Amino acid sequence: MAELQEYWRWTEYSWHHPEMDWRQGKRIAAGIDVGSVSSQALVLVDGEIFAFSNLRTGSNSPDSANNAIKAALKDTGMEIKDLQYTVGTGYGRVNVPFANRAITEIACHARGANFMAGPKVRTVLDMGGQDCKAIHCDERGKVTNFLMNDKCAAGTGRGMEVMADLLSIPIKDIGDLSFQVDKEPQPVSSTCVVFAKSEALGLMRSGWSKNMVLAAYCSAMAHRVSLLLGRIGVEDQFFITGGIAKNPGIVKRLEKELGIQAVQSKYDSQIAGALGAALFGDTLLQKGA
Amino acid sequence: MIANYGYKDGSGEFFISIDTDKCNGCGDCVPVCPPRLLELAADEYDPLSEKTVAAVREEERKKIKYSCAPCKPASGRGPLPCMAACAPGAINHSW
Repeated sequence: MAELQEYWRWTEYSWHHPEMDWRQGKRIAAGIDVGSVSSQALVLVDGEIFAFSNLRTGSNSPDSANNAIKAALKDTGMEIKDLQYTVGTGYGRVNVPFANRAITEIACHARGANFMAGPKVRTVLDMGGQDCKAIHCDERGKVTNFLMNDKCAAGTGRGMEVMADLLSIPIKDIGDLSFQVDKEPQPVSSTCVVFAKSEALGLMRSGWSKNMVLAAYCSAMAHRVSLLLGRIGVEDQFFITGGIAKNPGIVKRLEKELGIQAVQSKYDSQIAGALGAALFGDTLLQKGA
Repeated sequence: MIANYGYKDGSGEFFISIDTDKCNGCGDCVPVCPPRLLELAADEYDPLSEKTVAAVREEERKKIKYSCAPCKPASGRGPLPCMAACAPGAINHSW
């Protein structure tokens, strides 16, 4: 029997600095972002990124936190007891067993975005697994206004996973394929994941190609997110964090709708929350916590 | 910072916004709210500040349309107790 392919499955990974000697470091701070879909762990040594990992969140938050930090510290020789200060964030932030403190992910994403994309960033959009947050911040990455849409999972990573599964398209290809259409279709009328799923099935029955359905879904998501941003007001510069930032099908349509380009960063967009948490940990260490 | 507590759904936008720069942490709004939606807490969006500010209690944030309804009768409403009690004018309702 052919092996069953899980189209929604994205790759887990970890990274650590190949040259840095953490034993020389004075401050070791970690940030653990236990999200609804993915968990990240990131370690800062003297304010520099030393290691990070990105894994799927399991059904058990404490386990996910442990797995994430273990994956980040793999082959580095560092252990959990070497972490001087650990900050937990995300949905599962109160379930990080070795954390010294829990900080809301909104503050962490703003701080992380400030580090990743520079102090000129004023608008941060976190497109996560199960919610979407529009954040306005100042030049230090301090939150000045935010809005969160957390009552349903429309316009989020989980919705994309469902769509990938339905259409049998690997999730990382969705963005590119959604542009391979002759003309941009009307957005699907519903961004509710459940309704959009049945609408997509209906469209395919009426002869739409998979790419057309993807294009219609991506533009519906982009539109929904732009409404959220409208309440906060988009100010230059604009940065997107979270997993959906890796989906050009949404990012490019959103940029078009807003008439503004998102800032590109050399860092992985999914680590923003964990990075912000670790930066708070680093600051608290400097303050003598 | 302006903290927006609430949500948007098919029937409209329901947000209570609290300007934490204006809020002086006096707590006058807490007892006047009939369903006790508000509390004084550390400013969770600015973890490095030591200030205590008013916030909507977490378990109430997704149902404020209903909890606030008694103060907003369709027959016309007077000043909302929370807004009236706030001397610095830090509290606002979006609906």
